Amino acid sequence: MRETSVVGLVLVAHSEEVVRGVAAMAAQAAPAVPVAGAGGLGGGRLGTNGLEVVAALRHVLAETGTDGVLVLLDLGSAAMATGVALDELDPAERALVRLADAPFLEGAVLAAVEAAGGASLDAVAAAAEGARSMTKWPKD
Amino acid sequence: MPPEPLGQREPRVAGTGPAAVSVSLAADWLACAARTVHERRTWLTELDAAIGDGDHGINLDRGLMAILADLEAGAMPVDDLGRLLTASGRRLLGLVGGASGALYGRALMTAGTRLTERAATEAPGRRTMAEIALGGAVDGITALGKAVARDKTMLDALLPALETLRAAPAGEPIASVLTRVAAAAEAGAQATIPLVARKGRASYLGERSAGHLDPGAASSAILLRCLADVVAASVDAEARGALR
Repeated sequence: MRETSVVGLVLVAHSEEVVRGVAAMAAQAAPAVPVAGAGGLGGGRLGTNGLEVVAALRHVLAETGTDGVLVLLDLGSAAMATGVALDELDPAERALVRLADAPFLEGAVLAAVEAAGGASLDAVAAAAEGARSMTKWPKD
Repeated sequence: MPPEPLGQREPRVAGTGPAAVSVSLAADWLACAARTVHERRTWLTELDAAIGDGDHGINLDRGLMAILADLEAGAMPVDDLGRLLTASGRRLLGLVGGASGALYGRALMTAGTRLTERAATEAPGRRTMAEIALGGAVDGITALGKAVARDKTMLDALLPALETLRAAPAGEPIASVLTRVAAAAEAGAQATIPLVARKGRASYLGERSAGHLDPGAASSAILLRCLADVVAASVDAEARGALR
């Protein structure tokens, strides 16, 4: 058993490479945070697969116990694949999952950093959603 | 994803009672859908390339072909209509990808679950089963996609179809009802052409999405035309059987 709580992340995107790249950036910022992803349809085809999202959620839930999982989404159908995946979970599992309404890459990195500090699922979700107003190029 | 456990492998459809007839119709419907989408996959993909991500025909073809192969191999549950649709939805979910995989997958799973629930307490007629299935499909799609009428989505074919089905006079023969349902879906799909998309990848195009037929509405119309055709063929076959 871990001594401190740690929220995990599930990354859902249309491309396997996008998921791998963003997971690597999150891992660099916060190596101890469990991250799993679902991206692409295999064979380099772009798309999202709801059953793969279910597997990713269960994989991270197994590592995080009751601390919870935050899901980050890229475009449109990632949300639908995740919606179907949530319906496949047991209510007890479902209660431990939250969806971030956040930019995919920026949200994942900020969430990973927050999770590494032992923050709650609510705080990790807030960190991810804070990425929506992140300034990249301050105008004077 | 392993196929659902089988009630029985042989014969493909157990018995000849009403339940067996409905399962056999659903298998015919899935086969018609797979064949027709396969024939039209390039057209569907071109529609999607115009306003979406250009994979609708190819992806839906792959999912339906996999279902057809499973049906032919005896690897689908054919002892219960609801379970067959639910298993088919699950196959689409895992194979089609994108919004259409999730939406059609959820549609068939909701339809299948409701049919199984209803079959537990009674043996509904074909008209009632069609209403349960199409109503379930629309509810599943709506719950997941949060689209409404005139968003330029598959619902623009399915909602008028459901409305036509529910409004059909009680005594109208099922084949006639479903033919009108299919026509309503086709008209609904055509009516998406001038619409500006408000959901999905097409909505990123804004006004530029107008002037194109929505690929999801087009494929939904194909699925309902297949339903009308297989039910009409089954009614004809029954009539010929009764004359013998």
